Order: sequence, then structure tokens, then C-alpha cells
Amino acid sequence: MRNGVSRAAPWAFLIAAAVLPLLLASDYQLFQLTMVVVYAVAILGLNLVTGFNGQISLGHGAFYAVGAYVTAIMMDKWDAPYWATLPVSAAICAGVGFLLGLPALRLGGLYLALTTFALAVATPQLLKYKLVEDWTGGVQGIVITKPDAPFGLPFNADQWLYLFSLTVATVLFLLAANLVRGRIGRAMMATRDHALAAEAMGIDIALLKTRTFAVSAMFTGIAGSLGAIAIQFVAPDSFSVFLSITLFVGLVVGGVASIAGPVFGALFIEFVPNIADQVSKAAPGAVYGVILIAFMFLMPSGLAGFLRGLLRKAVRSIRPATPSRSTEG
Amino acid sequence: MNGLLHQLVSGIASGGIYASVALALVMIYQATHHVNFAQGEMAMFSTYIALTLIEAGVPYWGAFVITVAVSFVIGAAIQRVLMNPMANAPVLASVGIFIGLLLMFNSVAGWLFTYTLKPFPSPFGEGPPLFGGFVSRHELGSTIVTLIVLLTVWAFFRFTRLGLAMRAAAFNPVSSRLVGIPVGSMLALGWGLAAAIGAVAGMMIAPVVFLDPNMMSGVLLYAFAGALLGGITNPLGAVVGGFMVGVIENIGGAYIVGTELKLTLALVIIVVVLVVRPAGLFGKTVVNRV
Repeated sequence: MRNGVSRAAPWAFLIAAAVLPLLLASDYQLFQLTMVVVYAVAILGLNLVTGFNGQISLGHGAFYAVGAYVTAIMMDKWDAPYWATLPVSAAICAGVGFLLGLPALRLGGLYLALTTFALAVATPQLLKYKLVEDWTGGVQGIVITKPDAPFGLPFNADQWLYLFSLTVATVLFLLAANLVRGRIGRAMMATRDHALAAEAMGIDIALLKTRTFAVSAMFTGIAGSLGAIAIQFVAPDSFSVFLSITLFVGLVVGGVASIAGPVFGALFIEFVPNIADQVSKAAPGAVYGVILIAFMFLMPSGLAGFLRGLLRKAVRSIRPATPSRSTEG
Repeated sequence: MNGLLHQLVSGIASGGIYASVALALVMIYQATHHVNFAQGEMAMFSTYIALTLIEAGVPYWGAFVITVAVSFVIGAAIQRVLMNPMANAPVLASVGIFIGLLLMFNSVAGWLFTYTLKPFPSPFGEGPPLFGGFVSRHELGSTIVTLIVLLTVWAFFRFTRLGLAMRAAAFNPVSSRLVGIPVGSMLALGWGLAAAIGAVAGMMIAPVVFLDPNMMSGVLLYAFAGALLGGITNPLGAVVGGFMVGVIENIGGAYIVGTELKLTLALVIIVVVLVVRPAGLFGKTVVNRV
């Protein structure tokens, strides 16, 4: 019975998430919710490599930036329709991720964290570089226009973009859930939990890690594309190392190695800094720092893990476990 | 030619700073296999402490000594309070704490001291450049200070009982504990030393780049590159790597990629090292026994 509930819950949540904001939220609130969806996808990408495969990336902001810029350049230079930019940025980000993963993931340990951290710090510089200025618009960035709803659907631009992002995100979440449930997902987790044993089982761990990293970069790149369309603007300084760190905070707060976790993480990184910002400019950073350390000590499985624990307790108190089960554990 | 020589000299001067931070990183890495992503922000925060003292009227070298001592205490306290309970936690936990520390130091510094660029005094005077105009007074002075620091650290680890005990604790904690070395205190001491070295590096680089809460992010990156280039398992290698990165950065910035891509150079060095020689120039290749 619990199984049925836990299977239906995401769908009920999804329908509520699609319908309620259209009825209740203002345009600005819809924009915020669109960004929550965008961040959820970005964190989901990070979660695939860091949560499920155990390889720590501190530079996913760079892939987010690549996705955003691919979309912005295609829409600005070639008048490409917004939806057609998503597959392109997915392919490019996967390629970049694969190439960067090759050297960094051959070795275990913290080498990926170091390399991606360096990438994140260098990203704004690369985007401002003179040789690519014709494409990227340099420091000025690129302004793009928000698409209208197609086929004469009765939605305004914000509502349509929210529904579009939600649809893309749903597909990506389903893909990710299937990926980690299947053979490859088990191989990913085996590599995370015991690389040596995984290798002995016949998993090519270097290749698996690099592929996972590529898929993860692809997810985050698509999020970057959606984010660029929602914000209607890309500029180098919005993709600083702080973005990568923000995604990392979202991952930890939401729940490492959880498919639902990124949603909580995204809600956190979208709304908490706005509240903290009212206190002082330094407050969001301080809040992130304190929360990150507090979660490491108190709630290492994040909000998703915490809620799962609560739910389990609640279910157990409503429906006492069968005798055979209670002896087991 | 003169230009090249000048770039070489300032490369060595900034290389000394990178070498110090790289050494601090490698010390912690050797003892705990953690890479301290907050090392740069800790150094930045120490530099603000120094500036506050100087502005309060403490003479430069007095402020210098107090700052180093305070940084030592902060470093050791972080190890005791935050890192010690996490000794056996997964890598993600330690990285999370380091990133948390990075954010906290950065925002607390921004909150206490504002985000505006501040000039930081150089103890070596403003006078004209020395040796026919190649070396500014500060470059010479800061290089000498970093060399003194590096030599002191080396001598400490090489010739003192405490240094030997710390090396033993890093090399084999279990056996060290059996022969009576308080391993936990040794780790805290190592953290304190690393923070103190970082503080010196911060105070030496601040007159060049000006002080602001993001001052050290570039330095930290070059220190990573230096540590990897020299070999993250070898302190001496990390120091040499740090100097090399300083020279590469200055000459590359002046003649090859231009100043806009200087940080990217660090990324390139890291990637090239990982592709060509992952153990670094002087590091040992780690072989796991199955």
C-alpha cells in the first residue's frame, strides 16, 4: 500500500505543480517557480555525478553557462526557435563534459573537484575573452526575448515558459530515475561505494565515470538553456564560481543521491537567498556556509532523506509492522 | 629582453606566494587526504586581521606576528571543532565543510570589512626599484620573507622532534598512536601551521593585488596548479611547482595569452599535468595494493 502511495505521490505533486501556479501565482512568482524548475534540473545533473557516482564536481556552473550561452547565441545570431536550442546545448555540454572528464576522472579522489573548481573560477574570464566576443557579446552579454505560447494556447509568456520548463524537467527527471534504477545506475553506485570491487566485477570505472560526468553536464547544460530563456539575458559575471557553489549547496541541502532531492535543493537556493539578501549583501553567503556545515553534521542525507525518514516513521506508527518484520529490524 | 627578465623576476616573487599556499595545501593533504578549498579565504581573512591591527596603530611587524599567531589558533581550532569529527566521513562531507568555510570566511569578511578594494601597506618601503630597475622593493622583500618561511618549515620538519612526530602522524597514524604520539594534536598543529603560512602569503600578496574578500581565489587556483605540478604528495615538489607556476603565469600572461586569460592558464596547467603526468613532476605514483 505504501508502495502505491509513494508511486502516486510524485504525479500528484506534478499535477499540482503544473496547475496551481497558473491559477494563483503572479508573473513574477511564476518566473521564480520557473527558476526553481531550472535549478532542480541543474542540481539533478550534479546529483548524477556527485550523488550517485561519488565524483565531486564544484564546477557545474560552467556547464550551466555553456548551455545558457549556446541558447542565447543560437537565438540571437540565427533566430533559432528556443526549443530547438535545447538538443544542441545538450549535445555540446555532454561533449565538453566528456572531454573534461577524460583527464580528471582517470584518477580517483579529489582531482575532479580540483579541476572543476578551477574551471568554475576561470569561466567568466573565458566568456569575456576577446576572440569569442563576437559570439558572446563580451562583458555586455546577450539579450534574448521570451517566447510566446504556440498554437494560440491561452497562456501568457510566463505561464507558457513555466509549463514548458516543467515538461522538459519532468522528462529529464524520469530519464534520470530510470537511469539510476537500471544496470548503469547500479554500476554508478557500485563505483561510488567501492571502486575496486566494482572494477573486479568488470565495470570499466574510468569510462563509466566519464560517461556519467558527460550525462550530468548535459542535464545541467539543458537547465542553463532554460534559465537563459527565463532570465532573457546572459552575461559572464552571472556564471561565477558562486553559481557552481550554489548548485553544490542545493545538492547537499536537497539530498545527495536522491531523485527528489534536487527539487528541495532548488526551492532552497531560489528562495532562501532572497530572504537573506534583505538582511545584508553578505548574508546569503554566510547562510549557505552555515547551512552547508550544519547539514554535513546533522542531516547528511539532506531534506529528502530527512523527509523520507519522517514519512517512514509516520507510516510505521499508523500501520504497525507485521511481527515477522519487527523481528528483522 | 629586459621585459622578459622583469617578468621572470615578478614571476618568482608571486611564485613564492603560490609556493607558500601550495605548501599549506600539501601539508593538510598529506596528513588527512583533504584538499582545503578554504585555504585561500582563511589567508584573506588573516590579512584583514593584519590590516585592522595596522590601522589601530600597531607597527607592521608587530601586526605581522600577532596575525600569524591568531591565524595559527584559528586553523587549529577549525581542525579540532569541524574536521576532527569528520575524520572518517565520506569525501563529500569534508568538501562540503571546506566549501562552507570558504563561504563563511568570504561573507564574514565582506560583512565586517566591506567589499571595496583596500590598499595594504608594504613593509619594504616604496623607494625606487633595485638592481637596475628589475626588482621592486616589495618583490625582493616578499620573496625573502617567503623563502624564510619555507626554510623554517623545512627545518622544523627535518630537525625537531615535534616535526618528526607530525610527519609520523601523517605517514602512519595508527603506529604513531601506538608509540605515544598524540595524533589528533599533531593534526591540529598541522592545520595551525598551514593557516599561519597562508596568513604570511596573504600579507605578502595584498600590497600587490589590493585587499578584498575575493583576493585569494586566483592565488588559491595557482597554488592548486603548483601543488599538482610539483606533485601533491611531495611538499618540496609543491614549493618548486608553486614557483614554476608563478613564472609560467607571468611570462604566459605577458607574451602568450594576455592578462585576461591568466586564470585559465591555471586550469590549463592542471589539465595538462593530469593528462601527461598525474603524479606531478616530483610526486610518487600511488599504487594501491589489492
